[in-house]
Amino acid sequence: MNSPRDNILARLRAAAPQEATSAREADAPPTPELGRADKIARFNRLMEAMHAEVLLTDSQNWRIALKDLVRKRGLNGLLYAPGTPLGNALEADWDSDLPPLVGYSQEVEQCKERLFAIDAGITSTKGGIADLGALILWPNASEPRLMSLVPAIHIAVLEASRIHDSLAEAMRQERWAEQMPTNALLISGPSKTADIELVLTFGVHGPKELIVLLVED
Amino acid sequence: MAETVVVDFPKNFTRALNDGQLRRNLRAAMDTLGMRRRTLFSDPVAFEQLRARGDAIRQRALRQLPELLERLETKCTANGIQVHWAETPAQANGICLEILRRHKATRVIKGKSMVSEEMHLNHFLEEHGVEALETDLGEYIIQLDHETPSHIIVPAIHKNRDQIARLFHEKIPDTPYTEVVEELNAIARKVLREKFFAGEVGVSGVNFAVAETGTLCLVENEGNGRMCTTAPPVHIAVMGLEKVVERLEDVPPLLRLLTGSATGQLITTYFNMITSPRKQGEKDGPKEVHLILLDNGRSKIWADPELRQTLKCIRCGACMNHCPVYTRLGGHAYGYVYPGPIGSILTPQLEGLDHAGAMATASSFCGACEEVCPVKIPIVDILRRLRVESYNKQDASNAVKGHGYKTNATESLTWKAWALSNAVPWINAVNAKLLGLLGPLLPRLPAWGIVKGWRQSRALPRFAGKSLHALAKESRIRDE
Repeated sequence: MNSPRDNILARLRAAAPQEATSAREADAPPTPELGRADKIARFNRLMEAMHAEVLLTDSQNWRIALKDLVRKRGLNGLLYAPGTPLGNALEADWDSDLPPLVGYSQEVEQCKERLFAIDAGITSTKGGIADLGALILWPNASEPRLMSLVPAIHIAVLEASRIHDSLAEAMRQERWAEQMPTNALLISGPSKTADIELVLTFGVHGPKELIVLLVED
Repeated sequence: MAETVVVDFPKNFTRALNDGQLRRNLRAAMDTLGMRRRTLFSDPVAFEQLRARGDAIRQRALRQLPELLERLETKCTANGIQVHWAETPAQANGICLEILRRHKATRVIKGKSMVSEEMHLNHFLEEHGVEALETDLGEYIIQLDHETPSHIIVPAIHKNRDQIARLFHEKIPDTPYTEVVEELNAIARKVLREKFFAGEVGVSGVNFAVAETGTLCLVENEGNGRMCTTAPPVHIAVMGLEKVVERLEDVPPLLRLLTGSATGQLITTYFNMITSPRKQGEKDGPKEVHLILLDNGRSKIWADPELRQTLKCIRCGACMNHCPVYTRLGGHAYGYVYPGPIGSILTPQLEGLDHAGAMATASSFCGACEEVCPVKIPIVDILRRLRVESYNKQDASNAVKGHGYKTNATESLTWKAWALSNAVPWINAVNAKLLGLLGPLLPRLPAWGIVKGWRQSRALPRFAGKSLHALAKESRIRDE
């Protein structure tokens, strides 16, 4: 007996040769190329419409903004990625009265319980997308995937210069197709659902809050 | 596993139409979804351009389907994803079970997947002692009530909050009755979080699979999809083999069309692109990722150039939201996994006309579905084709499974007589005369058989005493 694979491919190959369409394909509608200020404005507007909180700050003050919000919320800890530029910056200047920084430094199998118990996580981002109002994350060995998913609050740091016009532009410019990571993500707000009577509610299985520290650089 | 239930369409339809609660729930929801979609695609020129792009991408993908499937397999394999092929749902279920057995897994957490519904995977796994828990809120709700999805995007849309409140109160231990949507949501979050924590294998569908990079794309709002594909050590993705696209750059237009058409969203909360299992040094993500490619009749559909267009579908559900039949019945009345206009063209082809052919009659040919379809599937043409094939007994190579099931002597004879009466002038004249004389008596005759059914919801036309032909002759209009 042939394998299902062979049978399926044989069936597809046996089908009559198809019409050769050499006609030019329709192009996608163009996305407007925005200036820096417009890109930031649009990104903010769309993210906030999806209930993300965007804090505009700069490279001098982002840590102050972060400490402020962490202090206000009385968190039990902040999950972070040691050994990354962001992680180093946090370690270098973290006050003792703040909720402790908790490093994601073991494999999930060793720290699953702690991971599911912590209130908040902070991650860097690869960029943003203006016409969608979304963050781009490429989790990696030092900044794992669950950091932006399991804690109830996700804090994301985004440099304003990394906001792209569109997803298509980001993919093209950064040559994604040549180097797709284990997992690439777009995130446009806190987790949400409308499965009951289409009533939009936030914080279903993923984070209940998404806070973006948008750093002017 | 073939669908063994016999679907009684007329009974289902009558029951749905008489369910006032269901009709109110549906009406409100479908109007809202339609309105949200219109708000998002408010520029008709840009929308036409976008869907022309979407159509072109899907057509190109289908044109090269065998090559793209092989490329996808090669790429995925190189990335460390294990690819399996299944001709039937039974094979696909078997592959799942074998993976679970190898890992001695008994707790599966599932993200929303219509293909897994097509496989009746949950039922199959439960029969084999595996708990398969739906984690999408809507899917979780209907699973608690032992129901199937009534809509492919919003599976529990036939229920209102009171019904869900009662269900949670009755089925989830220590749950107080509440109709507050946020509280219902919080209850589900609490229950499911423990399941995410303990899940041994995650199962998901696939929205697009990119052949160029071997990437599986998943669209979702809740985060349960990410949980299922990230937290457990094993991830199994199931997909219909038509979901493949050629290039990564094909994804952005399709993504916009999908989220916009489905719920009027510019983008969902999460767009999750998975290209490999956990790599050396990475701290989370499944160590094994499996991709199951399911045929289940798709390769046969693909072989016919007209029917192939069915496979362009990106499962947005917009055709349902805009269908005057679906919005009055809901999905359950159709009796199969895929309801609404897309279900009415897809299901008879998958299950056979002799089983599900009646679905192709659940349309007034109004064409609303085609107008909103983001990839321009000629739904009405395909419906018409299926209706024709229902009467076509000839075994052409591209005939739809179960064709000719409707052929019967009465109808054949009636049509033959009709043809004759229109081909032979004197028969036509006699007929016209007879109808003119006897026509007025018809409403007074007792209704019987098919006439009775027909007259239940229709008034009989009034026959003119004389035919147009006779009237023209009397007025001395020249007969040409």
